[in-house]
Amino acid sequence: MALYRALIELADDHLVLGHRLSEWCGHAPMLEEDLALSNFALDLIGTARSLYAYAAEIEGKGRSEDDLAYLRNEREYLNCLLVERPNGDFAHTMLREFYFAAFMEPFWQAALASNDKVIAGIAGKAVKEMAYHMRHAGEWIVRLGDGTEESAARMQAAVVDLHPYWEELFSGGDCDALPDRAALRPAWEASVKAVFAEANLDWPEPVYGQNGGRDGMHSEVLGRMLSDMQYLQRAHPGATW
Amino acid sequence: MGDVTPLWEVFIRPRNGLAHKHVGSLHAADEALALSAARDVYTRREEGTSIWVVRSEAIAASDPARAGENFDPAEDKIYRHPTFYKIPDDVGHM
Repeated sequence: MALYRALIELADDHLVLGHRLSEWCGHAPMLEEDLALSNFALDLIGTARSLYAYAAEIEGKGRSEDDLAYLRNEREYLNCLLVERPNGDFAHTMLREFYFAAFMEPFWQAALASNDKVIAGIAGKAVKEMAYHMRHAGEWIVRLGDGTEESAARMQAAVVDLHPYWEELFSGGDCDALPDRAALRPAWEASVKAVFAEANLDWPEPVYGQNGGRDGMHSEVLGRMLSDMQYLQRAHPGATW
Repeated sequence: MGDVTPLWEVFIRPRNGLAHKHVGSLHAADEALALSAARDVYTRREEGTSIWVVRSEAIAASDPARAGENFDPAEDKIYRHPTFYKIPDDVGHM
């Protein structure tokens, strides 16, 4: 079941971040970004669906992707804490997106060579999406960090706020079909450092990292998000339209 | 958003071999963000293989008030349309 668990971790990362981004719909600072954020959300939720469907197949208990998304409790979610962080301002959202995409892009790149054909197939689609998320979020980080006094202060505040959370990206279940997460750290750091240099952002001193998401130990905010996301299936079990 | 995010005109080429076609406009701070926004706003349904963005203010437009003098004189010069030639069947569509 190592693969099942690893797939759930990955799928939960994508669904939770995708749902967070969807919360921007109708609220983004400009129409162009409203659409971009919704596009990002759809990319992530699309990947989550493929991963849940595959996980359900591997589990072999007749559950569907919807069962996994809508009928598991908070403690059964195995996403890292970074992706459940509240949207905050635009700077927080873009930094969270960049941290995640800068990890997932090399992850999927490596997964293209997986001996598992389903994984390699998901990777083929996702790697292009993550490359774009990285580029788009990176462009904004540079412009906000190297922008006005206020945008630079907000960007740096986002860096400080999210600093305890990025390291958990490199933890997760091991299995042969998926790339080794810890090995992707140099690539991630190189991407982040390049953008930070261009954005005139300071990398903060190391802090005690927050983790526990992979064991289902979440911050309070995930429960609220799930109660919102799962409300319909909980209130009207099996509802379809 | 004013001067911080000026207006850009967006042109999309639907397929190789076709010309870029004007599809609309958007606001963005600079070229990179305008291309990014154009991708996100105008190519969500596989509309394109290539994008151009041009600052709206860089476009010079003909004066609608002069449409008469600009375009009406062509009206009675039907001989400019190449419709008076017989095209051999072998040529097919031209």
